[in-house]
Amino acid sequence: MTIVVAGERKEYADGLTVEELIEAEKVETPQYVTVTVNDTFLSNAERASRSLQEGDIVEFLYFMGGGTIPSLCASNDL
Amino acid sequence: MRMPVLRAASFERNSMAFTNEQLERYSRHIILKEIGPKGQKKLMKAKVLIIGAGGLGAPAALYLAAAGVGTIGIADADSVDLSNLQRQVIHSTADIGRPKVESARDSMLAINPEITVHTYHEYITSENISAIIRDYDFILDGTDNFPAKFLINDACVLEEKPFSHAGIIRFEGQLMTYVPGEGPCYRCVFKEPPPKDAVPTCREAGVVGAVAGVIGCLQAMEAVKYITGAGDLLTGRLLTYNALRSQFRTVPLPRDSHCAVCSYERTIHVPFDYELPTCDLK
Repeated sequence: MTIVVAGERKEYADGLTVEELIEAEKVETPQYVTVTVNDTFLSNAERASRSLQEGDIVEFLYFMGGGTIPSLCASNDL
Repeated sequence: MRMPVLRAASFERNSMAFTNEQLERYSRHIILKEIGPKGQKKLMKAKVLIIGAGGLGAPAALYLAAAGVGTIGIADADSVDLSNLQRQVIHSTADIGRPKVESARDSMLAINPEITVHTYHEYITSENISAIIRDYDFILDGTDNFPAKFLINDACVLEEKPFSHAGIIRFEGQLMTYVPGEGPCYRCVFKEPPPKDAVPTCREAGVVGAVAGVIGCLQAMEAVKYITGAGDLLTGRLLTYNALRSQFRTVPLPRDSHCAVCSYERTIHVPFDYELPTCDLK
């Protein structure tokens, strides 16, 4: 099937779950990434059960603070 | 008694009057049909608060000062450090050790002495944020830590203030604009800050200074558009920038009908502070 992942058309096997996609796409710190499928938020609990379908549009939204990884470095500003 | 038409027209002309110096200073704005003299007057009457005089706040403050935003507030508790100067272009080497808000104020006034700058040399907390943002028309989040970002979001939603959220890391940046009653808020997208023990050590990932410049300027542009009414804001959309790919993307952002702060099911009624973790790296 063809799906759109972060704006790029990609081929994946039918039945791929969102959780499997996250692993295949090597998403960084996945537990802190917000996922939308077709402009709808997907909870972390739904990732394993949600199978993707032809034409689905998936976006990964990342925490982005400053010049640090999402580990909460207590500096003051960017 | 109705005001004679002629007087009303005369008043309108007077209120729109610019000095010769203002006409010259703002001529490139005034000539734009989307801004024009009315838009420039709106900018000159506007009040914008920038929280964080760092990589994002620096370019935003410089451009908003240059644009003639009449009152600019700048909040930051920190002092200028040598490591800031790679990206925080509002500060100079000679400013090292000075409070950032003072350095930023001096730079803004050097560009445009017509504006008024209010400085807040303090941490923004749940205790003071509502009173500070209340006086402003638009707020820019230029902070780098998630507790501050959630605090700014919650306070702006509760005070019904529009604001620009932004973040940067390595070669990437992103921003969105919240407008009361229109689009999703930051908490619609990210429910809670990541827990402080999510990653055991706090190590630097780095950021390119010019990425901070790009995103900070886009935040300034959102403020200009909100004030003048020109164009479309980044409401309900997240603009992402990947410098290595030379790629901008706009990702639709839905509202969360169960959002803890901006939905009818609101459970957050007053701003509160998340614990700010400490870090052994500056």
